[in-house]
Amino acid sequence: MKDLSLHILDIIQNSLAANAKLIEISIDENERKDLIEITIKDDGKGMSKEFAESVTDPFTTTRTTRKVGLGIPLLKQNAERTGGCLTIDSQLGQGTIITAAFKPSNIDCPVLGDIAGVISLTVSGNPSIDFVYNHKINDNLFTFNTKEIKEVLGEIPINDNSVYKLLKELIQSNLEEIESIGYKT
Amino acid sequence: MATIKSLDDLRKMKESLQSKINLREKGEDPNSHVQIKVAMATCGIASGAKTVMEFMMEELEKRGIDSIITQTGCMGYCYAEPTIEVTMPGKEPVVFGYVDTKKADEIIEKYIKNGELVDGIIPMNYETIDKK
Repeated sequence: MKDLSLHILDIIQNSLAANAKLIEISIDENERKDLIEITIKDDGKGMSKEFAESVTDPFTTTRTTRKVGLGIPLLKQNAERTGGCLTIDSQLGQGTIITAAFKPSNIDCPVLGDIAGVISLTVSGNPSIDFVYNHKINDNLFTFNTKEIKEVLGEIPINDNSVYKLLKELIQSNLEEIESIGYKT
Repeated sequence: MATIKSLDDLRKMKESLQSKINLREKGEDPNSHVQIKVAMATCGIASGAKTVMEFMMEELEKRGIDSIITQTGCMGYCYAEPTIEVTMPGKEPVVFGYVDTKKADEIIEKYIKNGELVDGIIPMNYETIDKK
């Protein structure tokens, strides 16, 4: 994957495949701690302990079209390459929380990429699923919740092509703002 | 256009959005949308499916084509990613492989607008010998 946003796009697909109805994406970028933490939490069907332990193995997959599943292994590899780590916490029937930590000062750390595009595309591509997206840059938080968006839009479907651009702009402009604020203390 | 920054801004935009959508849907039944599925598994994303989906979203809206674009998992054509499935109203779905923005443009202009087939179609009903 070229950047972190593509990893996020990829991991969200796992949650969708697990029949999640609500997916929470949290990104915490902290320069002082030299840490980028990405958490994806879903209320899908979860994994058994044995399966959760084996998903970082490229030869473990639920897909039937082929025998390899590289989404999680690639994310793990990229995180560990920067001195970070990947943790998976899953309960059968409850859902899964997957956290990847990256060290941005490491030269191997990929850039975050077009996260506004990824979130808005995922939202548009899966209108029946709700997404909560929290992005923290140096203590300043931006929250995006599709339940609120759907309420505002009313009859207009969230996957209308003209809505996608607005959502992207909404996220982009807020991220630019919180990035420019800097630390509160 | 002013920048959209809050839910209130979005609310203000709603009216113009609504009229635009009404205008488009007038005289057309809801099944007249072109349906596009973009394969968004690891293989697709790594080959650039995000760029293709973004391009499709923007261009179809710009060119005023009514469409619904969704994401789907791996269709099993990892070698030909990014792949997209296009379903024209009342027609069988067609899967295109090796879609970049140039190919996507060709698909919009030729297949979606005029119904002409373009190179790169993956035959869906293909069966291997050992399956038979």
